[in-house]
This record gives sequence, structure tokens and C-alpha cells, in this order.
Amino acid sequence: MLRVAQAIFGIAAALFLILPIVAILPLAFTSSIFLNYPIPGYSLRWFAELGESAQWRNSIINSLIIGSGATILSVVLGTLAALGLRGRGIPFPNVLRTIFLLPMVVPAVVLGVGLQISLAQIGLASSYPGVIFSHAVLCVPFVVVSVSTALQGINPTVERAAASLGASPTRVFRRVTMPLAMPGIVTGAVFAFATSLDEVVLTLFVAGPNQRTLARQMFSSIRENISPAVAAAALLLIVGTLLLALLAAYTRRRAAKTVEA
Amino acid sequence: MNAVSARQRGRAALLIAPLVIFLGVFFLWPLWLMVDVSIRNDAIGGAFPRTSELIGSWDGEAMPEADIQAALVEDLREASQSTLGAAVRTLNSQVSGFRTLMGRTATAARDLGDGQTLDLRQIDDRWAEPRFWRAIQVSVAPYTDRNLLAALDLQRSDTGEIEQMASSASANRLIIWRTFAIAGSVTLLCALIGLPYAMLAASVTGWKRNALLLAVLLPLWTSLLVRTAAWFILLQNEGIINRTLIGLGWIDGPLPLIFNRLGVVIAMTHVLLPFMVLPIFSVVSAIPKNLMPAAASLGARPLRAFWRVLLPLSMPGLLAGSLLVFMVAIGYYITPALVGGPNDQMISSVIAFYALQTANWGMAGALGILLLGVTTVLYLVYGRLSRGGAPTGA
Repeated sequence: MLRVAQAIFGIAAALFLILPIVAILPLAFTSSIFLNYPIPGYSLRWFAELGESAQWRNSIINSLIIGSGATILSVVLGTLAALGLRGRGIPFPNVLRTIFLLPMVVPAVVLGVGLQISLAQIGLASSYPGVIFSHAVLCVPFVVVSVSTALQGINPTVERAAASLGASPTRVFRRVTMPLAMPGIVTGAVFAFATSLDEVVLTLFVAGPNQRTLARQMFSSIRENISPAVAAAALLLIVGTLLLALLAAYTRRRAAKTVEA
Repeated sequence: MNAVSARQRGRAALLIAPLVIFLGVFFLWPLWLMVDVSIRNDAIGGAFPRTSELIGSWDGEAMPEADIQAALVEDLREASQSTLGAAVRTLNSQVSGFRTLMGRTATAARDLGDGQTLDLRQIDDRWAEPRFWRAIQVSVAPYTDRNLLAALDLQRSDTGEIEQMASSASANRLIIWRTFAIAGSVTLLCALIGLPYAMLAASVTGWKRNALLLAVLLPLWTSLLVRTAAWFILLQNEGIINRTLIGLGWIDGPLPLIFNRLGVVIAMTHVLLPFMVLPIFSVVSAIPKNLMPAAASLGARPLRAFWRVLLPLSMPGLLAGSLLVFMVAIGYYITPALVGGPNDQMISSVIAFYALQTANWGMAGALGILLLGVTTVLYLVYGRLSRGGAPTGA
């Protein structure tokens, strides 16, 4: 009796978690103009709409530009900082680590108001650099965490062995530390890109009409005139995230193989 | 080995410096600016520099001395139209009548020849009333608590006492209360679903556990916007849920599921449930498996063993999960904005409204400070809890 109740509860809760996401996907292929079931027929017209409508197309391009910029910036800054935190030369490493993670905690609207004021003061309001910097603030914690985790997993004796065999510190870093940290860096980059791709609130505050991202466009489309284009965009986002996750898993596996070999 | 050379130290500092500078400029400075803009009060001090220098010495009783009056006239002559406009707007919002009073006085001051003096009382006899002067005296202070008080529906009276605003003037307290109410119900619902779910996932093994965990992680990896859009589709009047219920003959017309509190709570529970399940799961799965059989062998019935053994040991996870969900929930903007109605907007929406629609950064900042403060306190408590670690087995 208890077992049956458990099974029913488990299945019901899992369906509650999964079904909404699954439910939106088929609607991307509807031929109707309504974002609704039943689906009268299947077509790719809404994907064509994403490519042909200037608004949607530009928002996709903007998302790629801003996402790449924020990813590169946050990966460089976050990886350097994670390397710095690794050594023992830094006073109060835990305070610094907490500060690096704070952007994850501060409500996005609060940071949005602050960035709106500050970017206007330095002349970056409604500009690509302004949006990229804002997104990078949110991406940095993910990079710091995943690179730090990867660095913690490196056995220091490996590096010492390389040094004792005559490798210079730069060479040890390039040939031993970096390859071993690579999976962490890639994971961080994937998280960073996914974060930027999904970011709406900061974008509302700091971006002008020319920096409208895909997520921002979806937000206003749901709000103003919802159409199946939203479902098509959602499918694109899901597929994109999935590909990125696969990329991260692949690099991790390849790195594991290299270490074994 | 323990000695850290100066070179190592310098290299570490050099590696960290770029991120510290970056976060300083694009994270800490913006937050500070937001605090600053909500308490700074330079509209009036900037427009009336001479007056603000002198008016501090005024006793607040009769009409101020001649030198203060002369300073005001001089300030009105010199001030540009735009700075004057902003200052008068602020003053007028405190004591109505300032707009006409200042307009008339400024015109007279500009027409004044060099060396002549102006009798303010002749231009407008309201200058004889101390309350106008008092408003200027209060307003020239470089900092003000006006916005912070207004965020809590409070204001200062003419005499400087803190008092309640008229209930029609502002609804911030209602919105703060509503924010806590929504976040609280979401947290409660997440706990009611998340606790048994995590316990179930920890009690099974193999593919069952993987499937249950995958069901939690998949939404976590999916874009928030996609999930909110999904709920929009499910909940709308013509949506799957209503259509199914009508098809089954359970209801005659569509249930109102969207643009109301119910829709917001359902969608937010779905979005935040993983944050509840994962901390509880990590605590529960670390509880030794032989405790429940041990309790049973000592004669405890399953329910009693659950109540006295498993539940107390799961508490740290439940607490951490609840704090996390509540902390994230009070800052939510997108979900209430998309599936909520006008009466379900939370504090974030009000902040966004002030900043994006009315350009009132003072009020946006004041409410932002409030939200930031509550979030920070919750985060510190959360950090303390999770650092304490889960007492496994103890």
C-alpha cells in the first residue's frame, strides 16, 4: 500500500517537473497561428518566421554576439582568478571567493537598477559593451566555481614531477596545469553562455532596442502577442543548451582519456 | 614549504586583480550607486548653493534673516531653467504651492537690477510662512531618508516626525507583504513536494533514482523563459489543463488559472522545486541506511521511526532548501510578470516600474536596498547553515 502510494507520488511529481517542458516542444511545429493544442497540422513556418522576421533574426544574432562576448570575458577573468585563488599567496581567500559568487545571489532587478545608473554615467548605456559587461558579471561565478573545482582535482605531485624533470614553470602551466583544468574551463564557458542566453532582467535594464536578445524578444512576445514563434525559439534554446552540455561532457571524457593514456 | 615568497604572492594578486577590478566597476559600484541615488539629495542643494550654505543657521521660527533671503534671490537669478525645474518639483512634492511661489519669485528675481534688493513678502506673502522655508532647510541636506521611508509607506511631517502615509498615497507595504506571502507559499509548496520527493529518491537505487534525479535536473538546465512560456501555454483558458478538464466533463467552463495568484504560485513552484529537492537529497542520502531498521528493531513503528529519526536528520537539508527557495523567490520578476495579474506583482516589478517607466531611481533604489538587505541576511544565514555541514549520523 505504502509502496503504491510512493510510486504514484514519485511519478506524479516527476511528471509535474518534466511535462510542462515537453508540452511546449511540439507546438514549435504547429501550422496554426495559435500557440495551443490541438495541433491542426505540422509545418516549419514558425522556424521560417524566426529566420525571416527582422526582429527575431536580429535577436538571435544579438544573443550570439552578446553571449560570445560575455563568455569570453567571464572565462578569461574567472580562470585567471581561479588560478590566483589556488596559490596560498592571497590573503582572505574565502572573502574573495564569496565576493566572486555574490552576483549569483543579488536579485537581478537590484543589479539592473544599479547597472542602468552606472552604465549611463560611463557612457555605455544601450550599447553592446554595456550589455556584455552586465551579462559577464552574472557569468563569472559559474566560471570561478567550475575552474576552481577542476584545479582542486589536480594532484600537485604531477606538476612537481614535471618541474623536477626540468620543465620551466611556464611550460608546466601550459603542458600540465592547463590541459588538466580544461574540462573545468569548458564547463564554465558552457554555463556562462547558457546564462547569458537566458538572461532577461538585466537586458531589460541596460540594453537598447538594438541590443534586444532572443530571451528578451521571447519575453516581450509572450507579454504582448504570443505566437508559436515563441515555441520555436524555445526549441532552439533547448537544443542549443543540449548541444553545449554535450560539448562539455565530451571534453570531460576526452580529458579523462588523455590523463589515463 | 609554508613560506610563501613575495613573488608568488605578487603573481597571485596579479591573477586576481582583473576580476576584482571588473566586479568592482560593474557589480559593487552599481550597487553602491543605487544606494547613493536613493539617499542623495542634490537636486535642491545644486540649484540653491548659496541658500543651502546659509539656511542651516536659521532657527525655523520667524522669517529668515535678510542675508538668507538675499541668498535665495541670488540663487534664483543664477539657476538655469532645468536645475531650477527639478528642484522646484522636489520641493512641490513636499509642500504644495512651491511651484507657483518659486515661479513668481524667480521672475521677479530675474527682472531685478544690480544692487537692488527684493522684499520677498511683497512678491508673495507665503514667504512669511515658516513651513516653506522649513521645506527648503530640510531639503538642502545632502542626504535624505525620504525615499527609504516612502518605500515603507512612511513620510516625515512638516515638523520632521515620521508618520504613516495616507493609505491611498502608496501601496508599498502591501506589495512587500504580498512578496513575502507569495515566496512563503511557494516555499511551503516546494517543501511539501520536495521533502518526500528527495526522501523517495534517496531510498531507491539504480535507474529509479537516476530517473527521479533527472526529472529534477532537466528543468534546472532548461531556460527559465522556456519554462515560464510552457506554463503560459498550459494554464491559459484554452490551454491543455482546462481543455482536458472540460473534455473529461469535470468542469463546464475554463478555470481561471492564469493572470492570477494561483498561476504564479504553480509556475514558481515548478521553477524553484529543484532548489528544494537537491539540498534535501544530499542530506538524506548521507544518512546511514541502517538507522531506520535499527529504530524498527528497537520497536518503533515506521511512522514513529520516520518522525523521530529520519525527519530530524533531514532538517538541515529542508532548512537550507527552504532558505534558498525563499531567497530566490522574493527577487522574482519574470514569472509574475508573465503569468501573474496586476495584483500578483512582486517587489521586483515595482522596482522595474520605477526604474524603467517613471525614471524614479530614488524610489527604485530605496526598494532595491530593501530587497538587497533581506536577500543578504538570508544568504548569510544560508551560508552559516551550509558551512555547519549536515550532522550525519550524530
